[in-house]
Amino acid sequence: MQSFDLEAQGLRALNTALHAQSDNTNQTVWEVQNPKGSHAIAVGLDAPIEVNVKGSTGYYCGGMNKQATIHVHGSAGPGTGENMMSGKIIIEGDASQYLGATAHGGLIVVKGNASSRCGISMKGVNIVVQGSIGHMSAFMGQSGNLVVCGDAGDALGDSCYEARFFVRGSVKSLGADCEKKEMRPEHIEFLKDIIAESGVDAKPEEFTRYGSARTLYNFDVDNAGAY
Amino acid sequence: MNSHDDKGIPHTTPRQSATFSADVNSDIRRAAATGIYDIRGGGAKRKVPSFDDLLFMGASISRYPLEGYREKCDTSVTIGGLHASNPIHLDIPITIAGMSFGALSGPAKEALGRGASMAGTSTTTGDGGMTPEERGHSDKLVYQYLPSRYGMNPDDLRKADAIEIVVGQGAKPGGGGMLLGQKISDRVAGMRNLPKGIDQRSACRHPDWTGPDDLEIKILELREITGWKVPIYVKVAGARPYYDVTLAIKAGADAIVLDGMQGGTAATQDVFIEHVGQPTLAIIRPAVQALQDLGMHRKVQLILSGGIRSGADVAKAMALGADAVAIGTAALIALGDNDPKYEAEYNALGTTSGAYDDWHEGRDPAGITTQDPELMKRFDPIEGGRRLKNYLKVMTLEAQTIARACGKNHLHNLEPEDLVALTMEAAAMAKVPLCGTDWYPGKPGTGY
Repeated sequence: MQSFDLEAQGLRALNTALHAQSDNTNQTVWEVQNPKGSHAIAVGLDAPIEVNVKGSTGYYCGGMNKQATIHVHGSAGPGTGENMMSGKIIIEGDASQYLGATAHGGLIVVKGNASSRCGISMKGVNIVVQGSIGHMSAFMGQSGNLVVCGDAGDALGDSCYEARFFVRGSVKSLGADCEKKEMRPEHIEFLKDIIAESGVDAKPEEFTRYGSARTLYNFDVDNAGAY
Repeated sequence: MNSHDDKGIPHTTPRQSATFSADVNSDIRRAAATGIYDIRGGGAKRKVPSFDDLLFMGASISRYPLEGYREKCDTSVTIGGLHASNPIHLDIPITIAGMSFGALSGPAKEALGRGASMAGTSTTTGDGGMTPEERGHSDKLVYQYLPSRYGMNPDDLRKADAIEIVVGQGAKPGGGGMLLGQKISDRVAGMRNLPKGIDQRSACRHPDWTGPDDLEIKILELREITGWKVPIYVKVAGARPYYDVTLAIKAGADAIVLDGMQGGTAATQDVFIEHVGQPTLAIIRPAVQALQDLGMHRKVQLILSGGIRSGADVAKAMALGADAVAIGTAALIALGDNDPKYEAEYNALGTTSGAYDDWHEGRDPAGITTQDPELMKRFDPIEGGRRLKNYLKVMTLEAQTIARACGKNHLHNLEPEDLVALTMEAAAMAKVPLCGTDWYPGKPGTGY
């Protein structure tokens, strides 16, 4: 295991060391000490490595990640996993706003709660939250899945495209053009797999599915009141 | 029509209303018929104070000129040396502005890359990501980082020669983009992760940051991802230039792109284009003032855009303090957009060459602002690239001609003292004297 003291060695040195790892690196496990809420920790990674951050992180931890697994042993700041392409981010605590914004792929797991705008403009990522999520989550979500074991705040899935939302608890309100949908066998299968992969505590049958009603896909003046 | 009525009283001359003019009335009838506001491409078409209202004084006894074609007049510019280890070196200070693949065809993007590269300057991606033909044909490519993040991925980010964080656009400060279903082809849909044929709205705000403090952290993240190698530009619309430029500099930008209301868009509401934002002439001095107040003029480069058409415009922008300019609409015209040779086809679309602005409908007779495979065939990217290169060279020669006449051996040595204004408005905006006076409105110490 490679150990890195962020406070002593600095952010530039950390990201330089992580960027230097290639597909066949032997330095597959990293531990980052003293993150102390620093921003841009482990951003732009592109190697199958595991980075364990021993504390809480600031903005954009794991931004644009490819391949790597980033494990935050604390809470994570705004924009964590933004535009992630692949790989995995696990947050032991809570996540701040814009979690997984515009992320294209991979999996983000939050053991606590996630704040507002969770999964905003998501483009293919899967996000699983053990707790609840805040308002305006998955705003303009394009594709991917948002799985919430707790409750969702106001305006879930506002103006969404083809992203799917599974909520176990209550939804305070649905956003424009977001509606409740039937749970079909393929959705139960999907949840079974992702619950197992995420290690969260829930049963697929307990969830309700939401998604786009597709009434706003092409502009019609009679829908103007919905905006 | 009889000149008198049946009682012998003369008719008055029919009088059209200045308020309810023919074009206003046509807008009202269009709105009443459709129930949808007018969407179009391009920038503000209204007449606004512009660089045409400024003149250079040239040299005589008090200043001496340089010899045309004989004495050197440098046009090079380096952008982004403040924080980036690989700043961009350009032979000419005229860059190609961001225009998306989606709004433009693949061959049109290729032509922009070819022309810019031959002329020794950079081109810019747009809202839709980076295409291989664009990267392949552009020596220096600026990758736009937009609110929608369509097509944004770290692999392309690392291929960029610079990153431009787009906050706003002169045609629509505070507005997002729009690409109607007609132009969402399979390829465009795939690059944007969207279903084919739907109306696509680009967000007006970034999804993961708001405000200057967040922007500073966002710039840090992008620098960390790209190893502090490439410059980071921040593009703002001509809204509140003094404050916006100040905040962008404080957030750590290497360069500012400032876009006036004549700057084009692929598509947005006509009411937005014509009624929100400030003219290019009005925004440059406050922006330069912000740079000077922070001691950053010439360290953080200012790239001005919005209605730049000629070497005279380039020289005037430089004289007022810009380090470079960007062209979009003018580049499209150089490629062949709105060419009168397609007049019959423009007429069939209900318009005329020069006025065609329904770029979002994808039926461009010139084959540039379209994704229609048949229309695209009309456009030859090699010939288009050659035409753009020629145009860029002419603009550069024109700007050099003016600079030499003012006795300057580099375009950057042009200064406000070389200029006078033809109108009070231009004098006030450019802070240069009204012709024949030593005064401009708001001049310190003049009392009014």
